[in-house]
Amino acid sequence: MNFDFLTKYYSFFIQGTKFTVFIAFFSVILGIIFGTILSLMRISNNKILKVVSTSYIEFMRGTPLLVQLFIIYYGLDFSNLIGGSFGDIASGIVTLSLNSAAYVAEIIRSGIQSVDKGQMEAARSLGMTYKMAMRYVIYPQAFKNILPALVNEFIVVIKESSIVSIIGIHELMYNADTVRGVTFRPFEPLIIAAIIYFILTTSLSRLLGNLERRLKLSD
Amino acid sequence: MIEVKKLNKRFKNLHVLKDVDLKVQKGEVVVIIGPSGSGKSTLLRCLNLLEVPESGDVIFEGIKINDKDVDINKIRQKMGMVFQSFNLFPNMTVLENITISPIKLKKKPTEEANRTALDLLRRVGLGDKANYYPSKLSGGQKQRVAIARALAMEPDVMLFDEPTSALDPEMVKEVLTVMKELAYDGMTMVIVTHEMNFAKEVGDRIIFMDGGKIVEEGSPDDIFTSPKSERLREFLSHF
Ligand SMILES: Nc1ncnc2c1ncn2[C@@H]1O[C@H](COP(=O)(O)OP(=O)(O)OP(=O)(O)O)[C@@H](O)[C@H]1O
Ligand SMILES: [Mg+2]
Repeated sequence: MNFDFLTKYYSFFIQGTKFTVFIAFFSVILGIIFGTILSLMRISNNKILKVVSTSYIEFMRGTPLLVQLFIIYYGLDFSNLIGGSFGDIASGIVTLSLNSAAYVAEIIRSGIQSVDKGQMEAARSLGMTYKMAMRYVIYPQAFKNILPALVNEFIVVIKESSIVSIIGIHELMYNADTVRGVTFRPFEPLIIAAIIYFILTTSLSRLLGNLERRLKLSD
Repeated sequence: MIEVKKLNKRFKNLHVLKDVDLKVQKGEVVVIIGPSGSGKSTLLRCLNLLEVPESGDVIFEGIKINDKDVDINKIRQKMGMVFQSFNLFPNMTVLENITISPIKLKKKPTEEANRTALDLLRRVGLGDKANYYPSKLSGGQKQRVAIARALAMEPDVMLFDEPTSALDPEMVKEVLTVMKELAYDGMTMVIVTHEMNFAKEVGDRIIFMDGGKIVEEGSPDDIFTSPKSERLREFLSHF
């Protein structure tokens, strides 16, 4: 093993890491927004909204991310629409967030479902409407289950974002591979990338542990 | 005050309530007893429509409440309910548990709601626990808070579904004491319980259910010292 190439190429890894965090962050934020809308559609009384969101969620969870990426990249062709590399990034973020939204919707649904059903009954028995019971009793409790799971989703998206290197976005994976190509070293650049991914995800799960402990305390 | 006529309820194929008739007078304490699965909880939950009856009438203060155009939320404000598993809101303090519905539903000023809540807490012997979260309370304390929470809406009737069944023996008494005081203060109460001594002591009328029907009803004396039906005799022999 020889890591001498780092002195010359370290900035590739820094830039790539920044880009990876950037892509994952915006994908998760957009994913949370879409996912919330999906889960609201799912619990609504409107049959059509329900079917649409349920099918969407099942489709996104039942098909490979790579296929989804290519459908959006070649099918929607953002690079023609808004131009060049900016369009590629848009394809990447849109794919990751549309995919993540399906998982976020599931996280929200199971967070709400895991609230004991006696809570709704108690609230209703006091005379609260369904909406009030959701707002004052169910959502605040569901939120405690949902928040840690969303941090976990962030971890997943960081890892999966490496797939957008395929469409030429210069994130961590792409840059590591570039360094591999120019230095003719098959292992080391990729090992550096793996270590950086690992540091990112483990620090997030540390944060998650703290968060969970704090949420438990206020119980 | 409450009148139930020819009430039927089915879960899928299971016929749980069969033509049940029941009357509860103002100020009366009615205790429902019976073996597990006989439909006691279902009957009680039909009274405030947590369970929707399939046919029959539930009349409360002269209004048929299982009608489509009745605002059931308004009706439920007058019917307090206490559950076996307490169901306190864990995301709120004891005080907030009690004040949330008066504040949100009756538009009571927070200060007034707090004062009433503290009075109620003192009444159930928990004046010092207002700012605790439910998770810090024992089962008996939780149930007393649940009673205070229901009372805060100033209900006309209180429904209890096995309020002491989830409690350790040493905590049963503190909850029953609170309920006794309520009964002596003239609260109308419908209580499902397995505490036969308590039923004897505070019940004005005992109802024995079996297989989805009211098999026998009468004064505590009738029911406990001279039961007529074989099924009731058999049931009582277990205690
Ligand atoms: N939501 C439900 N769905 C399906 N079946 C139900 C439901 N609730 C109750 N049952 C069934 O209806 C029957 C009567 O139940 P209920 O809870 O009223 O009995 P109970 O007299 O209160 O019994 P226990 O003393 O065990 O509380 C039981 O066989 C029960 O399994
Ligand atoms: Mg029951």
